Amino acid sequence: MTQKVRIAQLSCGPEYSGVQGEIYEAAGAVDAEIFFPDVALADVMSAVQEFGLDVRSADLKLAIARAKALVEGKVDADAVFIATCFRCAEAAIVRNELRRYIHERSTLPVVSYSFTERTTAGTLLTRMEALTTIARRRALLAREEQTGITLGVDSGSSTTKAVVMRDNKVVGTGWRPTIEVLKSADEVVALALAEAGLSRDDIQAIGTTGYGRFLIGKHLGADLIQEELTVNSKGAVYLADHQRGASTVIDIGGMDNKAISVIDGIPGTFTMGGICAGASGRFLEMTAKRLGVDITELGPLALKGFGKNVPMNSYCIVFGTQSLVNALAAGSSPEDVAAAACHSVAEQVFEQQLQEVDIKEPVIMVGGTSLIEGLVHAMGELLQTDIVVPPHSQYIGAVGSALLASGYIKGD
Amino acid sequence: MAKVFIYPATSLILSDLVARFGHQPLGAALSIRERIQTAGVESPPLQITPEEPKKGLKYAAVEVPSGVRGRMSVYGPLIEAAEAAVIVTDADLAFGCMGCARTDELILFSLRSKDIPILEVEYPRSEEEGVRFVAAIRDFLANLKTEETA
Repeated sequence: MTQKVRIAQLSCGPEYSGVQGEIYEAAGAVDAEIFFPDVALADVMSAVQEFGLDVRSADLKLAIARAKALVEGKVDADAVFIATCFRCAEAAIVRNELRRYIHERSTLPVVSYSFTERTTAGTLLTRMEALTTIARRRALLAREEQTGITLGVDSGSSTTKAVVMRDNKVVGTGWRPTIEVLKSADEVVALALAEAGLSRDDIQAIGTTGYGRFLIGKHLGADLIQEELTVNSKGAVYLADHQRGASTVIDIGGMDNKAISVIDGIPGTFTMGGICAGASGRFLEMTAKRLGVDITELGPLALKGFGKNVPMNSYCIVFGTQSLVNALAAGSSPEDVAAAACHSVAEQVFEQQLQEVDIKEPVIMVGGTSLIEGLVHAMGELLQTDIVVPPHSQYIGAVGSALLASGYIKGD
Repeated sequence: MAKVFIYPATSLILSDLVARFGHQPLGAALSIRERIQTAGVESPPLQITPEEPKKGLKYAAVEVPSGVRGRMSVYGPLIEAAEAAVIVTDADLAFGCMGCARTDELILFSLRSKDIPILEVEYPRSEEEGVRFVAAIRDFLANLKTEETA
């Protein structure tokens, strides 16, 4: 039996919001345990004073004292979970500053989250899984080179991707929309193997990631089943050839987005959002459909347009699309509409997610949406940096899985 | 005997004072511990469910953080039942405290908005202030008794 990963919880409000049980359940599901760093009441005020953030709420003061105890090594933990009430400004400041403080002064992986009473264990599961992966598989995540012949499969909400890697090179790829999870996985595996000129018997290890990772992992007999936060981080820095040092990985997916602050290929802090479809690849798919172009044509189209010519009244996928329709009816060009849609998605990700991680260059965009040039351009403008889109970026999860799976080749 | 809401609601000393002077204290019945090993400083003894923040909608709008609404589902009915209140301001954490300052603000506002006798006293920082502090509370509670018997 593996030792439980000990996750220190720094929080304000989860008990009175009725979600503490959900936090326990999510941690329990990934064989981790939540604990509350033991601090003396008498030490709380001095810790707050030393930290220098003069907050009013006692639970936030307690969170600050606990963060200091963790950073100063007075309390042992494997990871940190910071959680406060959604819509509390005071808590948002503390959450943000504690995340940064712990990230900069320790090697503890940190994830922060703002909850409502509707937060469930399911929502928290991938975040908890990523925390435990970082704590448990640090050695595996340090792997920088793929060896042997491995297969990686990423079963995403919109698309399923597979790659075959051989001696540190991608030799086969497969891509299909996710329809029936297992069937789509089998199809992409067959495509990747065919392109590589190999058979299933040649594969020495298999890794799976994405929403369907457990199902396809069992189906394929995978050696490694791992959530997409750590896998994509690894895949991103590997493909961008930036395995050492700091970087930021942005993955705007079909159902949720990930913003990950990475150090030496391992996520330090990350956010994962999936509440609003208007900030997802789905919005761009809908825009492409409305414009009568393939999604692959939307990016080049957007680059020719000027988004500010199109008034967007809402980030919402329904009302935002309505704004685009209205603009087309008022005579806006498809190019301008495409650019406005890309800007809308980039801006929403920028405002709602990238504020929760420290942006360190290079900024690497991955996932299928990274092929939409207009989106990459819009994000680059917002962040005022040149975004790196590595080769095979749409296969990021599959590449990360294949790379990490090579650590499971017998004798390796 | 009057129902007296105490603030901080977790203050055992206040609760005891109110009871000693013959009134019913309305508070949290929680104590603040010297070492904190729970999620918050005044963690509830029973698991609060996501239903409580919804019940708290009676006292605060949906845009108010869920932690505030969850606490208000506990304290709101006590404030409604209160016939008097003793409020100690700027108290030391050990004297009694609430985890959330926004809930503090709402509780104090709700009490002040009610037409009930309220004593607001500052937390004492010296022995002399301590004597005056207890005397003020004693007089307030004694007058409540007088008013009730009158």
